[in-house]
Parts: sequence; structure tokens; C-alpha cells
Amino acid sequence: MRDTMGIIYTGDSNISLQELTLFRSVAALPFGGRYRVIDFILSNMVNSGIHHVGIITQNNYHSLMDHLDSGKQWDLDRKRGGLFILPPYVSHDNRGWYRGEVDAFFSNMSFIRRSSYKYVVISGSSMICNLTYDSALEFHKENNADITVIYKEEKKATKEELSRHTLLQTDDNNRILDIEVMPSNPKSDKVSMEMYIMEKQLFQFLVEECVARGLHEFSKDILIKKMDKLKILAYPYDGYLAKIDSIQSYYHHNMELFNTENFYELFHRSGLIYTKVKDEVPAKYGIDAKAENSLVADGCIIEGQVENCILFRGVKIAEGAIVKNSIIMQDTEIQDKAYIENVILDKEVIIRKGKRLIGQANYPVVIRKRAVI
Amino acid sequence: MVAKKCVAMLLAGGQGSRLGVLTKNIAKPAVPFGGKYRIIDFPLSNCTNSGIDTVGVLTQYKPLKLNSYIGIGQPWDLDRLSGGVTILPPYMKQSVGEWYSGTANAIYQNIEFIEAFQPEYVLVLSGDQIYKMDYSVMLEYHEENQADLTIAILEVPWEDANRFGILNTDDNNKIYEFVEKPQNPISNKASMGIYIFNWQKLKQYLIDDQNTIGSSSDFGQDIIPKMLKNNDRLFAYPFKGYWRDVGTIQSLWEANMDLLEKSPELDLYDPDWRIYSRNPVEPPHFISLGAKVSRCIITEGSIIDGEVTHSVLFSGVLVGRGSRIVNSILMPNVRVGVNTIIENAIVAENTIIGNDCHIGCLDALNKGDTLCDASNDITVLAENLIIPSKVRINKGAMIDTDNLKQNSFEL
Repeated sequence: MRDTMGIIYTGDSNISLQELTLFRSVAALPFGGRYRVIDFILSNMVNSGIHHVGIITQNNYHSLMDHLDSGKQWDLDRKRGGLFILPPYVSHDNRGWYRGEVDAFFSNMSFIRRSSYKYVVISGSSMICNLTYDSALEFHKENNADITVIYKEEKKATKEELSRHTLLQTDDNNRILDIEVMPSNPKSDKVSMEMYIMEKQLFQFLVEECVARGLHEFSKDILIKKMDKLKILAYPYDGYLAKIDSIQSYYHHNMELFNTENFYELFHRSGLIYTKVKDEVPAKYGIDAKAENSLVADGCIIEGQVENCILFRGVKIAEGAIVKNSIIMQDTEIQDKAYIENVILDKEVIIRKGKRLIGQANYPVVIRKRAVI
Repeated sequence: MVAKKCVAMLLAGGQGSRLGVLTKNIAKPAVPFGGKYRIIDFPLSNCTNSGIDTVGVLTQYKPLKLNSYIGIGQPWDLDRLSGGVTILPPYMKQSVGEWYSGTANAIYQNIEFIEAFQPEYVLVLSGDQIYKMDYSVMLEYHEENQADLTIAILEVPWEDANRFGILNTDDNNKIYEFVEKPQNPISNKASMGIYIFNWQKLKQYLIDDQNTIGSSSDFGQDIIPKMLKNNDRLFAYPFKGYWRDVGTIQSLWEANMDLLEKSPELDLYDPDWRIYSRNPVEPPHFISLGAKVSRCIITEGSIIDGEVTHSVLFSGVLVGRGSRIVNSILMPNVRVGVNTIIENAIVAENTIIGNDCHIGCLDALNKGDTLCDASNDITVLAENLIIPSKVRINKGAMIDTDNLKQNSFEL
């Protein structure tokens, strides 16, 4: 895929992620014990042989920039191509704040225009999956598609779950007949993964035309409006997929990783998932430690009891502490005899001796970064 | 080339024959240690943490793994515009080529490399020790004393003194006596094999030594005694802290087990003195339902379905359901089947062990919690072996492909 570049839009703010996105964009949200949400999309692109990726940022992008650094960990510190972080800026024709993803693409058009690639893979940043784009691009070329949208058929999803997504209706030849963005009455179970393949030239044209009409949303203002004029095809993906758009989905999808099948699908299916290296010491278990059904990253010191938990790097669980069904982010410390159940603890939280914190399985308690309880 | 105050030369060419099958295909500095490290991570991290950014690594024995591990030195922040890490293998000269015949000879053959940086000092390190040390403090000490050579020392138990270079000092730590591996040790102050030389002085000694017939071209045997004889200023730099020479199976095993103490003497958690390594690209490790882990180190990428007690597990290790790992070291990507028992063993990289096997001494299992005599009961399995199911391998055995058959007994 040497003739393809990638663009990742991370501008979405998501109020339903509450305190978790107070200091960071969804793309920078920690996931799966040692990753951030963007690691999956970015690794997918790199594993597909895409070596030129622009990341459009908008909200609280400091932690994202810190995480991505020079792109070295994704092998994107390159002379030809590489990683480009594209923050908002102010100029005579740009007000510095994006009104939608198309506006964001338009603002970064000079970056896109300058890059000499034939195809472009556009992706949002709230989907977690492990795929490569090779076969989708092949499909796109073979079928002379104008735009290819990658989707997953979520046969088991409830109506309620489906209505959180953009849904596609297709004919037998994978041509998209209708698209609905978060419909209250879903008519299809084909979930758009917010990943699109097209020729760069067409992309430029569509973005410019859309902005000229004062419109800013990719699905609503480009895909839906152009459905008749352009050949827009759908390409299926059948692996593990998680969309992070609420506290519940964030909690649920993390807990889903204890399932061996999901674990393999997400971490080993098409390629490895890269992330920032922290040079932590391997995890250490004390003499009275108990751990079951848990994912534990390097740097953790576990003296207490852990069950159905995701422990990020550098978490400390003291003697006598019990932690169940919880997500504990980086460098958080749980002191002795504390009891934690159904809780999401953000980074660098301290839970003092003997404190109890209990959420519900369908409504976990979220504790913000650096809180001391 | 930008001039450097101090250049480090890391001797990494040794075979480490006392580590047996563990160093059959890799040089000793590349032997895995402590769950995610290799031995060479310690001196390399010490260099970078001490502000020494120019390191020559002298390789000779089986260098492939070591070379690819070091790469351009990025994990240790040694990918630099000027200096950084350079691998220095022996090379052909106009008429002949020669191997590194001794520690001093290895440096002699790389005089050109050192000269390029015009250093005032050269730090000589070995690649088979586990310790944390700030070389910049030692360098200050060297300068304060206006020394020609400073040797880092530590006090060892008297019964071990005959394995080291032993020296005697006056009250100001000036060295007046030095004997390499003495039969009857005169003191218990042992050289750690860490030297800081004034480069111009050392260069002259190296050139002279090269012209001395019968010299073994060794720092301890030849260069240091000669400097002492010539009344050069030799000082001892007393080191305090954790230091282990992991040149034997037993010492390697013990140093790994030391990390399992509640507060190990070797503090790997100091944010100001990280030990860097090439990190595997692996997800967090997974402890499944019904698994048991206590007093152990487990690294990312491992999946534990069985029971792990008092052991060190590297990345990508799989332990099947019903299996028990006790007092053992499982190196990267070792796979253990179901209902297998491994005790007091070191299993090298990528070895696969089948189901229902008994590997090593099984004392803790038979007699409650009494441990084996670790000194001669450690079982070692070489890398890339495939141990079939229902096999017993006796304690103390050292197994490789060529002796696997005669040492494995059916259960």
C-alpha cells in the first residue's frame, strides 16, 4: 500500500465519556491495560504498509501529542512520509476551530494536497479493532468504487446498541443504498466503522465542494448526499470491534478482553498493536497476592487480591486490598485493606487505607485523574 | 567528530562457558535476566544514566543476537548524532586478521575508534554483571585523585576472594598491591572489572603490551601490575550496593530470585535510574480464571492458566492449566503444556514443554515447602527445544538437543 496515505480525525468530543475525557480526547483514552484508543487505528495503518499518516487534533490534544511523540514506536519516524500531527490553527481563512470533520479536512488541505499518494484511508478515532486495509483497497480497485466504507455486521447487537452507530443498507453487490446516522429505529445491522477509502483527488474535490456549501459532516453531507452520483461500496470486516462512546461501552469493551477469543482477535489477528514504550519493570506479585481473570501490564506491584480487572502500567495494589471488576489506570495506588468493585480509576489516583468504593456493573463509578480518596 | 570527555568500552565478547547451554548460541551479555532484560541492559543503562553517550561494544563470540538486540542503541537513548553506541567486532588488517586475544588486546585493536573522540578518559566495563552505578561519580573521584587508573572495588566474602582480582589500599584508597585470582588472598577487596583510565596513559601501555612477548594482554594479569610497578597513581573506588557477577548457572538463578524479595536490594523502580531494554510488542499479561500466582515476576505477553510460585517469567510465556512452576526462570516465549511440573529450573528462550512432564527437582512438591539445594540441583533446558509430553527430566541435568533423548525418561 505504498500509494496510500492515512488521515485520522480525532476531533470528536464525547460528553458521555464524562470525566475520562476531561483532560484528553477520545483518541488518547487509555484502553486494554497499556494502550490508548488511537494505537489500534494507527497500528492498523502501519501494519497495512501505510507510512504517511496525518492525525488531525482538536480537543485537549496535549496528551495525544505526548503519547505519539515522533511516531517512533509505530515506525513512523521517516524521511519519506511519517507521522504528522495537525493541530488547529488560526489564519485569515481559518478560525482555528473545526465545525465538523469536513471542516477539519479542509483546514488541513495543504498537507493533503502536498502528499503525493493516489489513495487515502480516512478514519475516525473511536473504533478499536485489528485489521489491515490491503484487501479493502484491493476490493476498492477491482470494483472501480468511488468510495469504499468499511463496516461490520453486528448480528447480535440490540436495537439500542445499533442506534448509537451509523448504519448502512446495501444491495447484493455491496453497493450502499441508504445510510442512517444514529437512527432511533435501526433498519440494518451493518455498522459503519468510520473508515473510508477513496482516491485522494476525489477526496479533495468532495471536501472542497462540501465546505463551499457550508456543510461539515462527512457521513451526512458527503456520503448520504452523493449516494446516487457516486459508486459507494461497503466492505465487510468480521473481527473484533469496539466503539468507545460512553462510560458503559468503555467499561464493557475493556471487560470483554478477558474472553480469550476477543483477546486474540484484538491483539494478534492481522498484526501487532504498537504503543508508547515506558520501560517499566515486569509486574511483580507478592507472597499473599491473588489474581484471577485479569490483564496486568508491566510496572504493577500486586500484594493484594485482584479479580476481573484491567491494571495499566505502574498500578500498586497493597496487601489486604481487594479489587474486583475494575479498570485501574496508570500509576494509580490502592492502599491496604481498601475495597474496590465496578470502578474505573483514572491515572494517578490514590485510594487510601480501608476505603470502600462500589459501583454497579451497568453503571461503574468513575474517579477522575489524580483524585485522592 | 565532537570530542568526548569519556568514552566507554564494554567488553562483550566472552563466551560465558560456565553458563553451559544458555550461551551455546548467544554471547553472555545477551542472556535474558529479570523478566524483560538482558544482562547488557545494565551497563548500557548505567552509561546513559551517567551521561556517557559514547559506548563501544566489543563483540566476538556468537554476536548475532547481541548485535541485533543493540541495533542503533535507541532503547538506551544511545542513537546519537555524535557518539552513541558502536559495535566493534574483530576485523581484518592489511596482512592478517586476528581475534581479540585478551581484554587489553581488544581495546588495543580499537585505538582508532577511541582516538576519533579524543577523550581524556576511557571507562572499561564488562558485559556480565548486574548492578546500578553512577560512573560520573567515579569519574569525579578519578579526577579529584588525579589518578591514572581508578578501579571500582567491593568487599567480597573471603572464601570467594580467589575468584577475583584482589587488591590492597592505603587509607586514601591508593592501591599498593594487586593480585589477579590469588590462591591465598591478601584482602577481600575485589576488583569489579570496572576501570577508568587516563586515555593517553592507557594508550601507551596498550602499545607497549602489544610489543611484549608472552603477555596475555589482560588488564588484570598484565596492564594493572605493570602500572603498579611503574608507580602510576592507582586508586580504588569503593562501591556500595547490589552487584552480581552472573557468570554461572547458580549465580544467574540466585540473582533472578533476589528480585522476588519484598524489597529487593536492586531497586529497578527508581524513576531517575531506569534500566532500559528493548521492549517486546505484547499486550498485558493475562492471569486466567483458576490460575494462581504468588511471589513471582510476570512480563507482558504471558498467559497464565496454571500456578506460578517464586519464579521469574519473561514475555510471551504460556503456562497451561494444572501446570505448576516453582523456583524457576522461564525465558521469553517458553510454552508449558497442561499438568506439567517445573521446579528449580531455567528454561531458555522458545523451548516448548509438553503435557504431564516433570522437570527438575520436585522437593517442594514432595516434602512440603523445603527447597532443593539450589547450588547443584538447577535443571537447565536449552533454547528452541521441544520436550514431548509425559517425560521426566532429572534435577541438575543440562539438556540440549543432542542429549535430550538419553536424559528424558518416560513417566
